[in-house]
This record gives sequence, C-alpha cells and structure tokens, in this order.
Amino acid sequence: MSIVTHQLGLEHGNGFRALHGLNLKLTAGERVAIIGPSGAGKTSLIRLLGSALRPTNGRLELLGENPWQQSAAGLRQLRTRIGTIHQAPPIPPRLRVITAILAGRLGRWPAWKGLLSLLYPVDIAGAQQALARLDLADRLFERCDRLSGGQLQRVGIARVLYQQPDLILADEPVSALDPILADAAIAQIVAEAEQRGATVLASLHAVDLALKWFPRVIGLRSGQLAFDLPAAEVSTDMLRDLYSSEGSIVPTQANDPALLHALTEPLPEITDPKVVRLDSCRGRG
Amino acid sequence: MSSGQLAAEPSDFVVRDPEARRRLGTTLIALVILWPLLQLAEFRPAVLFEAGNLKVMTGFLAGFFPPERGPEFLGLLFKATLETLAIATAGIALALLIAVPLAIIGTRALSISSIGPGPDRWRGNVVRVACRALLTVLRAIPEIVWALMFVRVLGLGPAAGVLALAITYGGMLGKVYTEILESTDTRPARALLQGGSGRITALVYGLIPNAAQELTSYTVYRWECAVRASVIMGFVGAGGLGQLMDQSMKMLNGGEASAILLMFLALVVLADALSSALRKALA
Amino acid sequence: MSDTVQPCTSRGAGDFCLTCLLTSAGLLAAVIASFAYLDIDFSALFSRESASGMGDFVASFFPPEAAPAFLQKTAHGALQTFATAAVGTLFAALLGVFFALPAAGRMGEAPRQLARFALNVLRSVPELVWATLMVLAAGLGPFAGTLALALHTIGVLGRLFAEAIENVPSTAELSLRQAGSGSAVAFLYGTLPLVWPQFIAYSLYRLEMNIRMAAVLGFVGAGGLGQMLYFHLSIFQQAEAATVLIAMLLLVLAVDAASNLLRGRLAT
Repeated sequence: MSIVTHQLGLEHGNGFRALHGLNLKLTAGERVAIIGPSGAGKTSLIRLLGSALRPTNGRLELLGENPWQQSAAGLRQLRTRIGTIHQAPPIPPRLRVITAILAGRLGRWPAWKGLLSLLYPVDIAGAQQALARLDLADRLFERCDRLSGGQLQRVGIARVLYQQPDLILADEPVSALDPILADAAIAQIVAEAEQRGATVLASLHAVDLALKWFPRVIGLRSGQLAFDLPAAEVSTDMLRDLYSSEGSIVPTQANDPALLHALTEPLPEITDPKVVRLDSCRGRG
Repeated sequence: MSSGQLAAEPSDFVVRDPEARRRLGTTLIALVILWPLLQLAEFRPAVLFEAGNLKVMTGFLAGFFPPERGPEFLGLLFKATLETLAIATAGIALALLIAVPLAIIGTRALSISSIGPGPDRWRGNVVRVACRALLTVLRAIPEIVWALMFVRVLGLGPAAGVLALAITYGGMLGKVYTEILESTDTRPARALLQGGSGRITALVYGLIPNAAQELTSYTVYRWECAVRASVIMGFVGAGGLGQLMDQSMKMLNGGEASAILLMFLALVVLADALSSALRKALA
Repeated sequence: MSDTVQPCTSRGAGDFCLTCLLTSAGLLAAVIASFAYLDIDFSALFSRESASGMGDFVASFFPPEAAPAFLQKTAHGALQTFATAAVGTLFAALLGVFFALPAAGRMGEAPRQLARFALNVLRSVPELVWATLMVLAAGLGPFAGTLALALHTIGVLGRLFAEAIENVPSTAELSLRQAGSGSAVAFLYGTLPLVWPQFIAYSLYRLEMNIRMAAVLGFVGAGGLGQMLYFHLSIFQQAEAATVLIAMLLLVLAVDAASNLLRGRLAT
C-alpha cells in the first residue's frame, strides 16, 4: 500500500475545515488523478500526503509508515521517498537549472556531496537525462530566472524525476504548459512511474488530461469525496455535477483558465537590495 | 571533478560545466589578491595566543569585574560624562553657526537669479557651487582627524573636540539643510521672492513652515551622533569619556575600563531616548 | 507621527506654541550651560596671536612632502589601511553568517536571543574601543586594527544578514526539507541563493565605511595611514601629515568608486 487514509481531516487555524473524513487507499504503482473545482481541497490533500502538513483528524499511512509517529530521522528517511511537484516551482531564481535538478536528491546524498555539488555539479549526466525527458536539455546551465514560467515548471518536474521517489505527488504540475507540452510532461511522469513501479497522485485542472492518463480519478468537492472511480466510469453528468459551483463548465485544456495567466504567482525578484545603513552616523549626511 | 571523468566519451550530452573554468579562475584571482592582503594586514592569529599577550589580556579582562565603584572615580566618571554631553551640545551649536548661513546661501530654493533671466545669473550659480564645495570639504575629513590636529594646536581638552565637531558636523548639517530646503514645496518662497521680498523673509515665511519639522528632526538626530563622536574623539585627547577610557586602558585598569564602557553604553541609550523625546516635543 | 494629535503646529511662523517655546528655551539653556561647563576661552582662541599661530600651523602643511621615499612609505601605509579594512570586512562577513543563522531563529528561541545579544554587544562597542583592546591582545600593528574592525562589523553585518534571512520567502527551503534533505543543505540550496546578493551588497557598503575607519584606527596604534598621521603630527612634521591626509582622501574616493562599480554589476 502506498497511501492509506482513514477519516483524514484538516482544519485550518482559523477554523476552516479544508478536508473532512477522507478514506483513500492507493496501492503501489497506482496512478490516480484528483479533479474538482478550485477550493475543493486538492492542494491541502497533496500537502497532507506529502507530510508537509499534519492532519488534524484521522490516520495517515504513507509507504507503509505513519509519518507523524516517526523519529526526526525516520521522517526524513520517509520524505526522501516522496517527491512533490509544485504548481509554482519553489526554486530560487538565481539557482542554475542543473543545481535546481540535482537538489532533488539532496535527501539521499550525504551532506558532503550536497556541498561539493555547489562547487561543481556532481551528476551532470543524470540531471541532463532528466531534463532531456522534458525537452529542455539545452537549458541545463542556464539560470532559472532566465526561464519562462512554463520552462521553470518543467524544471520542477525534472527535479522530481531525478529524485526517483516511490510516491510522486503533483499539484497542478502542468498548469503553465501549452496542451502539447502538458501532454508530453504527464507522459514522462507516467513513464517514470511505470518504469520504477512508483505511485502517482496528481491534482489536475484539465479533466481531459486526467481521464487520458490516469486509470483512476477522484472527484473532490468542498473537502469531501464526490466520487472515486475508474476513469472509464466517470460520466459527463458526474463532472457537470462536480463543477456545479463553477457554472458546470468542465475545465479542459482547451478552456483551461489557468493557462491564460500561466504562473499565477510571480517569482520573487531579487533586485538591488534596499540597504539599511545601521549606525548611519558614519554616513556623511 | 577529476579530469578522467570530464574527458568522457563524446556523446550528445555536454558533460562539462561551462561555468567551472570561470569559477576556478575567480577563485584563483581571489586567492592571489587575498594573500598579499593578509600579509599587509599582518594577519597572524597565533599572536593572540602567545603567552605574553594572553597574560596581559586575561589579566586586563579579569579586572573588568567588578567595575570600579570608588567615590573618587565615580566623581571623575560623572564629570567626564557631563563633559562629553557638553562637547556634543556645544559642537552642534557651533556647527549650526557654520551650517545655517552656508545652507541659506547654497540652496537653490532661495535663488533670486533663477526667477527670471537676469544679467548676473552666473554669479549666483558660482556662489552656490563654491558653497557646496566648501561644505563637501568640511565633512570629507572625519571629525577625529580634525580633533587630532586641534589637539596639536590647542592642547589636550574639550576645546579641540568642540571645534572638530563644529567643522565636520557643520559640513554635514549644511549639506542636508540645503537638500531639505530644496525638497520641500518651494512655491511659497518663490512667490515671496517674485514679490520682491528678501531672502531671509522668503526663508522664514516661505520655506521654514514646511521644512521645520524635518530640519529639527535631523539636527536632533545629529546631536545623538555627536555624543558618540565626542566619546571617540576623547581617544586622541579631546576630553570627555573617551579620554578617561583611553587613560584607563593604557594603565590596564580593567575595573575602570569596564565602568566607563558601561557608562558609555548607558549614555548611548540615554541619548537615543532623549533625542526621540525631543523630536516628539518639537514635532 | 503624523496621525497623532499634535499639541503644537509648526505651520505659520506667527503661531504660538507653549511646548515648543519651553523646549526651545530648555535647549538654549543647555547650550549656554555646555559652553559654561567647558569653559573654553574663546577670546584667546580668536585673539590675534592665537589666530596667527593657527595660520602658521595651517601654512606649515604646505607644500605636502613629496620626496619619493616618503611617497612610497605613504603608499605602503595606504595599502596597509586598505588591507586592514578588506580583511576585517571579509572575516566579519564570514563570521556574520554564522551569527546570523541562530539570530534569525533557525536553531530555536534560546540561541536566537543569545546570538542577538552577542551581536548587540559587538555592535555597541565602537571600533576605536575595540582597537585599544585589540592592541593589548595582539600587540601594536595592523592585525589589531583588523580584529577591531572585524569585531564591530560582525555585530553590524550579523544583524543585517539575520534580517535578510528572515525576510526572504522560505518556500524553496521548505520544499527541500519536505523531500528529506538536511537543514544545512536545504539552507544552502533553498535560502542562500536568495540572500547572498544582499549579503554581498551589505558587505560592500560596510567596506566603504571600514576604509574610513581603518584610516583612523592607527591613532591608537593599529597601523596604516592613521598611525603615520598620528606619528608625524606628534613630532610636528605637518608637511608629511599633509601627504598622509591626501592619501587618505584618495583612498576613500577610490574605494567608493570601485565599490559602486561592483555593486552596479551585481545588480544585473
């Protein structure tokens, strides 16, 4: 079993219940898509399953272990086996692409190797291979702030491919890519998972992508399961019902609003910092 | 990083970091520069642990506790603290005598010639530029250098400190005053000048009302800086707390040194509090 | 300040304000008291003989000493001053990072308070006081100046660095921790790339200030141009002192220009 949850719930500090009473089971090697209107709790679920958030209710088992009953070292060990693809790749703009990708294995490397890699990349070939799968091999030594939002999102995917985790979690992994690239990127994630028997759980905005690549689809609405079915059994009515809060328009890549404003969050831009002059008596006026 | 790894089979993949050569070069250049710098700075941490130095230092530091509390010394300390405050206050007062006239002459906000094309427009510009240059020269040399030179002429004592502060801070205040006057709304002053009133009238009725708060606030802030500066100048013999501290340290009297240091820190905090209170009262 | 109700207004020169008047009177009294307490004999200062003495003193600085041997000595002094400032700032920056990590609260609350306290103490003691102490610890010479500058600058840079670390988004580092990497490596890959441009900019600003300071630290025996100036003034060689003063000025201007250039390139 890759993921088992029992009555999993999450209540935010302000009393808002993002998720309630989810029961899920994912076997090793399964590929599952989560769809649902915005605010349904998709991101919260992914964060819970990535052990980034602690559930407020219920039980959670990841790769056969309860992450919140582990020692610090045990939790770290467990986390190296989970790879998360974020919607806005959390990569410092000044980092080079190669460094950003190699960072995927920092959890598995001893500290000295991570340090050494800052001076000279220790696994150029490995990073290049991962990047080539997303058709970006020529940007390997580029700085990340020179990339477009879509390219950066693919670097984020390449990092997780390079990490080789047993459980791949993806939160809107292709929201900034055009339909052809998005399809190719999902294909690579799927291929990687099939090759190594890894489990994939991806939240997707575009329903057509979910139905095409994932044998099992979960519909999430208001923090609760709407349906949990094989892709073939998801009917148009179910989808219309799921997206009733958004005017029953089922988002696909063709009408995906997220595509229009590629990356929602702008990258933190580092410009010349405002320098506060401490003990500015020294300043000549 | 070994060359064997780099010279791998030719493949479709680039296997060499194109940055590596530049990084290595930068590192080498940095080392080549750093080495003579360390030599010039006589960077030898080992001397810190030489028996002689270690003994002097530990003995001195051991004396830090308890701080000296003898009534005679405390009297001396109190007088030195008052002297430091007096140097700062008198220094700022004299600095104002330099700064205010220079600022009035130097600011463009009170330029009569700029109102309309006049025959001697260039003369006004020359005077202003000269004025600004004078302000720059005054503040270019740190106050402690002035203090050192005045001590040579006037002898040890607070007079050197007061004059040094007056010169440097006169330059600083003058420069900032001109800037403040130019950054506030200059239209009232212009209107007055166009109406034929004199510079001083235009300043008092046209500029001061708008700029007063910023001007006083900056002056008070500079006074706070002057308190610190007057302690520092004591080290070259310009009186006050600094001179006392210099003497105690030269005599390796740890108890006195720690008492003076504590007094100095308290004074800095006090000056800080006093200056923010003043700024509030004058706001 | 502006949103509080102000008891007095400075608008309009004719307005009357009791608080302002009282404060102004108090300030005037303080100024008069200061002059009275210091008891400086200004009449003597501006008397004819004193004025001519001052004039002679100023005249004795010209022309500055220009003998090649002395110029060489001055150049060495200037280099030594530069080295003192550069090495001091470099070490302060390196150690500042080590203080900044606990001061930014990365190792818990107790180390945070401790580090902040240490940084405050280091910063509160002026360089010149550190220099007198370091002359005792390391003997006369530029090394004492280097140590003094480094100690004070650790306090300044450590606090600035800590603030920089606290103010950048932590998502990059958190995502690495979430993939199982250790805290030190996660900092190096996730947060350091965000903050090091600021670290460098702060250090360069500080270097500019430390050059000015290093030129002065020699007064208490910490080598460089300051020691030369102190020496020549104390044996009344004003011409030599003038040369040293000019060297100080040139050094400061050169470093300001170089630092501006570097910072400009860094911003791109």
